[in-house]
Amino acid sequence: MGFFQTNLPYLLAGISTGGQYALIAIGYTMVYGILRLINFAHGDVFMCAALMVIYSSSYLPLYISIPIAIVATGLLGFAIERVAYKPLRTAPRMSAMISAIGMSYLIQNLALYVTGGLTKYYPPVPFISDSIEIFGAMTKRVTVITPFVTLFLIIVLVSIIKYTKIGIAMRAVSRDFETAQLMGVKINSVISATFVIGSLLAAIGSSLFFSNYTGVTPTVGGMPGLKAFVAAVFGGIGSIPGAVIGAFIIGICENLIKGMGLTTFSDAFTFVLLIVVLMFMPTGLFGEKATDKV
Amino acid sequence: MKKTIAILAVLFVSAALVFAGGSSEAKGNKVVKIGVYEPASGDNGAGGKQETLGIQYANSVTPTVNIGGTEYDVQLVIVDNESSNDKAVTAASELVSKGVSLVLGSYGSGVSIAAGDTFASAQVPAIGVTCTNPQVTLGNDWYYRICFLDPFQGTVLANYAKDAFGAKKAYALAKLGDDYSVGLCNYFIKAFESLGGQVVYETFPEGTSDFAAYVANAKKSGCDVFFSPVSIEAAALIIEQANTQGLTMPILAGDTWDSNVVLGAAKGTKVSVSVTTFFVEGSKDPQITAFVDGLKNYLASNATAMTNNGGNDEIAAVTAMGFDAYYTALEALKKAGSTKGADIQKVLPGVTYKGVSGDIAFDANGDAVRTVAYVKSVDNATGKWQFVSVQSVK
Amino acid sequence: MEKEKKKDLIFSLAVIAFVFVAVVVLENILPRTSMLFTVLKKGSIYALVAVSMNLLNGFTGLFSLGQAGFMLLGAYTYAVFTIPVSQRAAVYQYFDGGIIQFSLPVFVAIILAGLVAAFFAYLIGLPVLKLKSDYLAIATLGFAEIIRALFQWDKLGGLTNGSNLLRRFPVFKSSVFPLAVSGICIAVIVMLINSTYGRAFKAIRDDEVAAEAMGINLAHHKRMAFTISSFFAGISGALLAMFQTTVQAAQFKSAMTYEILLIVVIGGIGSVSGSVISSFLFIACSEWWLRFLDNADTYIGAFHVPLLRPGFRKVVFSVVIMAIVLLYQRGIMGDSEISVAGIRKKLAARKAAAAEKKVSK
Repeated sequence: MGFFQTNLPYLLAGISTGGQYALIAIGYTMVYGILRLINFAHGDVFMCAALMVIYSSSYLPLYISIPIAIVATGLLGFAIERVAYKPLRTAPRMSAMISAIGMSYLIQNLALYVTGGLTKYYPPVPFISDSIEIFGAMTKRVTVITPFVTLFLIIVLVSIIKYTKIGIAMRAVSRDFETAQLMGVKINSVISATFVIGSLLAAIGSSLFFSNYTGVTPTVGGMPGLKAFVAAVFGGIGSIPGAVIGAFIIGICENLIKGMGLTTFSDAFTFVLLIVVLMFMPTGLFGEKATDKV
Repeated sequence: MKKTIAILAVLFVSAALVFAGGSSEAKGNKVVKIGVYEPASGDNGAGGKQETLGIQYANSVTPTVNIGGTEYDVQLVIVDNESSNDKAVTAASELVSKGVSLVLGSYGSGVSIAAGDTFASAQVPAIGVTCTNPQVTLGNDWYYRICFLDPFQGTVLANYAKDAFGAKKAYALAKLGDDYSVGLCNYFIKAFESLGGQVVYETFPEGTSDFAAYVANAKKSGCDVFFSPVSIEAAALIIEQANTQGLTMPILAGDTWDSNVVLGAAKGTKVSVSVTTFFVEGSKDPQITAFVDGLKNYLASNATAMTNNGGNDEIAAVTAMGFDAYYTALEALKKAGSTKGADIQKVLPGVTYKGVSGDIAFDANGDAVRTVAYVKSVDNATGKWQFVSVQSVK
Repeated sequence: MEKEKKKDLIFSLAVIAFVFVAVVVLENILPRTSMLFTVLKKGSIYALVAVSMNLLNGFTGLFSLGQAGFMLLGAYTYAVFTIPVSQRAAVYQYFDGGIIQFSLPVFVAIILAGLVAAFFAYLIGLPVLKLKSDYLAIATLGFAEIIRALFQWDKLGGLTNGSNLLRRFPVFKSSVFPLAVSGICIAVIVMLINSTYGRAFKAIRDDEVAAEAMGINLAHHKRMAFTISSFFAGISGALLAMFQTTVQAAQFKSAMTYEILLIVVIGGIGSVSGSVISSFLFIACSEWWLRFLDNADTYIGAFHVPLLRPGFRKVVFSVVIMAIVLLYQRGIMGDSEISVAGIRKKLAARKAAAAEKKVSK
């Protein structure tokens, strides 16, 4: 009980950050599954969602501005894909990745320009930003809510992928891009749908993340984005349950490490984990084995 | 063909830029340029903007200076060092290349240390406004400063922690790679331990927005005070977390926290925040009231300035320091009777000025001679500063 | 043929000598503080690291994102070993003067910087080079982040000064020094690329399986490319330390690697001269030419130019980069090179074409 009691705040923080990473990681893993592209701009989309809430909430009440921001983020994801990735569909994979890096650079710099370089603070969301006490540990209500929201969204997403037409098309495209195209799957709309879904989830993740940690700077998306990507690799890229489990493991370990006083290494640990996994399980926990074709 | 057009376009644009860059001479009076080397973005962006504001306000009050019998217009050349040590050198060279006579800044010690050699080798004297780390001026004959130093501030804070809160164990939190917070924590720890206290010291990496674990660590370790002289961006998040987790120990910090961002974050919470600082509002001294009133009018009439100040007219100590730094620079220019960096540097050691933050004079090292710091704490109900005491080192 | 080669060589040397003389002359004519020299210094340092990254990404087909980590190793090695003993107490103020109490000559330290980076690359390469494409990229990026955290750890403070600045080490004043060092290093890389090893690297890039079938030892050659590239990244790290006059682990973020990668791509993957040209252009744009966009009080006549305020420069810059990435997918140079021989051939071809035209008339 003693151990549990002292580590409870870290566990709680870990579970909630884990849930937030999971919502970002899904966007990475879905895009990678279909396009084989590390969408470096995804972390910045996450940041943009927060900025949209901040700016719109000064004119509109929160219950309107948050949904608007979430929808707008979905559109942003769509626009990014159309502008930066679609023209490079046939180019070497490296070009698309550079384009992703360039896009991330552009979004960050735009955010820097708009915010004037100052940290913006997320408005407190009634109810979920309140403090509550669990077994003697104080935390925000959002910490407790996050894992449930995450699980709910994943169930919805998995059912979409399993049972709807677009979901089946997504699976077909991620299995074999060319063949799916030959079979009459509208590649472009499938890819757009993937980006929209990924961005929507990132936007929801962002409102959970920032109601907990309220400071928004232009580069704030970088680290969570990178960690979410690591989570996706860890779980086996392309696999949604893998990404979610990976994200929770990373979130919890990271906070426990901080609890042990090794705060310098809280970020680096994620990468140690990544490299160990890649060494021994190159395709992650749930990834499919791939063989090289000559 | 496409390529040729592209190359031509690049050449044309760059030529246009070179010309655009060189055509901004004012008419009338001769011009003396003062460089403002401050962060406008990054971690210290908010603080840097407030400090710049003080300099700009001073410039709007006194836009000219008499140097050697000739009236000069003072032109501020402002660059953004992005709070980042690796951008510091190019930002500094930018100032130097624009031909500034001397430089004011910066908020944040790291960038000042990083740019010190650039100013020294270009023979442009610099006056630090609120960079408190000893290394800024040590061994650099071209860097001066008008603020107190961290060994002093750390000791003051350690004494205050012990005297006011009876603290026996302190939690110190610094940002990795940030000379200001790491240095100040270091001096605080030394002083606090020599007073018989115990310290738990932790650091957080750049880009941290999740302070839950650090606040939890402080609670777990059973400390009596939470010392975190970090940037105000982190400050707001720490206060927020402290409030969430119901942290009962008082939070102590250095001069950076004297900012309306901190006031805004602490307003309406139960978190106790105390800081040491350079300047307190509310004195009856006519010079200070004139400054306070004037600046508030300036803010009210200038929307950009108001935004840069964080959206309200609470006056930060760094703004007062920026104001004083500008006048100290004018004194130096007058005394030197020249706009040459080398001439100014020669007379700087003897420059004195009675500013709104107190008397300014330099010691042999180029540091300001300051023996007192003010302690202020946040009134959680009103979101204003409360003056607590004047603290000095015994 | 032999004769022409000799001629080309002499001509190339003459061009290089001319560049150096021009720089020396400019340094004496223009004020020392001109931004031109900042661009020359920083540009030549970035040129070296961009070429070293190109050796990996462009010539060997290994997608590595660890460049910032190796630059960090080089920069720290240089700084740690060259701070004069008398200054150590001041620099290592929180660590009792540090544990190293001697200093090395500048050139030895620069070479050592490369060797330390190469050594770490060798160790890291043993496990990670087995990984493919994106996985390799993310693993090397991860290593760079781990190295960065390690160098900020205060338990190693006696060596690294914890997370604090290292400074007071010898630096260069003239831009001739970085130009010369980078120039020599790039020349070595070019020679390597044109050697048997270089051909093996290119074979691996074009088709690993085929290369292996031809008898190329994949693991050996990949490790070699990785180690050599890191050696030069280390040297450029040392130069960067000298340029900045201070070193701090916090600045070697993954954003730095991305910047270098952008330079490589803009120059053209697989083109050394492209990397060099684009480094100078990139640095000049980001540090010099576009600065005026940050000035909020810009007037053309009486017209107050809108939008301009701090930060606008970076927006414009990133739009330009996106435009290049999308419209010139192969970069400025593609995978071709500018060389004296190339120019001569082109001129000869043009002459021949002109002659032919005359004849046909």
